[in-house]
Amino acid sequence: MKHTLSVLVENNPGALSRIAGLFSGRGFNIESLCVATTLDPTLSHLTLVTSGAEFIIEQIIKQLNRLVDVYKVVDISEGEFVEREMALIKVRAEDETRAEVLRMCDIFRCKVVDVSSKTYTVEVTGPESKIKAVVELLRPLGIKEIAKTGTIAMAREKKTL
Amino acid sequence: MAKMAGKQMVVEALKREGVEVLFGFPGGAIIDIYDALEQDGTVKHVLVRHEQGAAHAADGYARASGKVGVCLATSGPGATNTVTGIATAYLDSIPIVVLTGQVPTALIGNDAFQEVDIVGITRPCTKHNYLVKDVKDLPRILAEAFYLARSGRPGPVLVDIPKDVQNGKAEFHYPEKIRLRSYNPVVEPHIKQIDRACKLIEGASRPIIYAGGGVVISSAHEELMELAEEMHAPVTMTLMGLGGFPGTHPRSLGMLGMHGSYCANMAMANSDLILAVGARFDDRVTGKIEAFAQHAKIVHIDVDPTSIQKNVKVDVPIVGDCKCALQKLVKAVKRLGRPAEQWRELYAPWLEQVKAWESRHPLTYKKDPDIIKPQYVIEQLYQMTKGRAIISTEVGQNQMWTAQFYKFDTPRSLLSSGGLGTMGYGLPAAIGAQMAFPDKLVIDVAGDGSIQMNIQELATAMEQRLPVKIVILNNQFLGMVRQWQELFYERRYAATRFDVTPDFVKLAEAYGAKGLRATKPGEVEGVLKEGIDYPGLVIMEFAIAREEGVFPMVPAGKATTEMLLV
Repeated sequence: MKHTLSVLVENNPGALSRIAGLFSGRGFNIESLCVATTLDPTLSHLTLVTSGAEFIIEQIIKQLNRLVDVYKVVDISEGEFVEREMALIKVRAEDETRAEVLRMCDIFRCKVVDVSSKTYTVEVTGPESKIKAVVELLRPLGIKEIAKTGTIAMAREKKTL
Repeated sequence: MAKMAGKQMVVEALKREGVEVLFGFPGGAIIDIYDALEQDGTVKHVLVRHEQGAAHAADGYARASGKVGVCLATSGPGATNTVTGIATAYLDSIPIVVLTGQVPTALIGNDAFQEVDIVGITRPCTKHNYLVKDVKDLPRILAEAFYLARSGRPGPVLVDIPKDVQNGKAEFHYPEKIRLRSYNPVVEPHIKQIDRACKLIEGASRPIIYAGGGVVISSAHEELMELAEEMHAPVTMTLMGLGGFPGTHPRSLGMLGMHGSYCANMAMANSDLILAVGARFDDRVTGKIEAFAQHAKIVHIDVDPTSIQKNVKVDVPIVGDCKCALQKLVKAVKRLGRPAEQWRELYAPWLEQVKAWESRHPLTYKKDPDIIKPQYVIEQLYQMTKGRAIISTEVGQNQMWTAQFYKFDTPRSLLSSGGLGTMGYGLPAAIGAQMAFPDKLVIDVAGDGSIQMNIQELATAMEQRLPVKIVILNNQFLGMVRQWQELFYERRYAATRFDVTPDFVKLAEAYGAKGLRATKPGEVEGVLKEGIDYPGLVIMEFAIAREEGVFPMVPAGKATTEMLLV
């Protein structure tokens, strides 16, 4: 099953490498990984999507906690949470499809962030399923390039890290 | 406050941490620290002949003394040579601090001469490591390194210090107390878990205590004894746990696992309650995991939560220091108010069964009047030294025969690479132990294969005038691999036969040490006696039965009850 882990980690050089190395060294999966600093510049917030049986997830959380640089680990998928990904999609937009692309964008509340005579670059934000849907619908129109972030996530309501 | 150079900070930090001895090897990127050490003159330095030896010596020093071992190496090859020693310490949770020199910060990443990313290389085999980029951080980092190495589940910590940082100057503030918000090992166990464990003990009829290296590391041997005595429970130990409970105790079942005793493996398999203390259910202990201890409830005490529930499902996890947890558990068990009689009566059928297993297949070997049996050498060694020796081993058959036939009664009397299984560990570890205890008898039990992996350290031992005794069980084979080939590869001895081995007696003499050799069983006692009585470094070589095996043996992947016996 998929789990989304929120990890607070000391903003030290090498901290990310320790985490990545832990996953590769122990054969754990990483489906996506997003890192950025928090309001406190000495801490980074890392959202990590992984999968595995319950005891594997338990090991992952314990092993993360064992790293000296890791401050806190929460499996936010245990409760209610919101998650978002973002994608930039460069799609072919020539005479016959230009209007169609814009219609799609409208339906999915995507933003056109760059325009050329032959392409639109579209920004789409949402849970993974929405990004997938947009990609599938734009694909027949001719996707030239795609760049995606991993998932970032946050527990709902009052809970904070 | 006057400013201090980084190299002097290192010396100052070592002094503050109470470091008495360092093991190391100099080079261009560490020369400044060596100079500062030389000028200060307080900390004793042992010059090894290979940096791997330095790391193992620091490790042996730490295992024997319980203090943090420290070693020193230069950048590049000096640093990479320590890696096996670091990994050895990591797998066995041994506190060492490794200080490496590094090329100047301006050159890092340029493929400079003798540059290697040692922090990157050792990331997965250190508890933590540092590259010091600013001399201002050096005192704090050194203090953290020592703190991390010794606290919680101990382990190796590496500090990589670029040459310009060694020579840069800053004020020296050495933190009295280390506080790291992201590192807070749990020492005190949860009392509810102790109570739950106690409930299981109350209901058990076939309990067994399974003690590991954590007992030795946290000096929990007295508490362990108290628990075993209170409950009248049998105790088995991992390789790392030997000495944590006296091997001569009537309820000691000796070592368990792949080469453990028949009764220990049978007792684990048939027990209804396993009390695991500072052990980690390693594959060499459990055998085929699906068949492991199927009837047992498991209580698992460990300071490292990752050890718990990693390989087996645990009924009562107790995270905490073994000593602390056992103290609490003993108290709780005593509160049950069961008189000794009642415990004894309750477990009588179980202990009888265990005894029956023990007498059905005791640890034994076929004696031979003409050929020296390695087990006989170890038995004689034990008879002669009983409890007053620190024994280090190499890895392979020599290690297993020692674990089986030498009875370790006190903690920290066996130094052996359990987790990583590092051949070449024993001699440098013995050097480290002898540095910690100049007056104790320190013996390295070796095979002719593994002794050659760090044989250069004979010079180190001679130079320090260390009276280390080396017992070489020479079968002119890489014996453990040969044994596997015999049993599982139709005796195809691929690359395990030594057609050339040095004349170890002459080799000893070449280093200025004493060399002795026994080729017949009748000579064993005399050689051991002469060697042990000799006041200096000595090699005792025993020409042993070439194809002797280590038994019992659980074939890899089999259940621990499927032992091959003598």
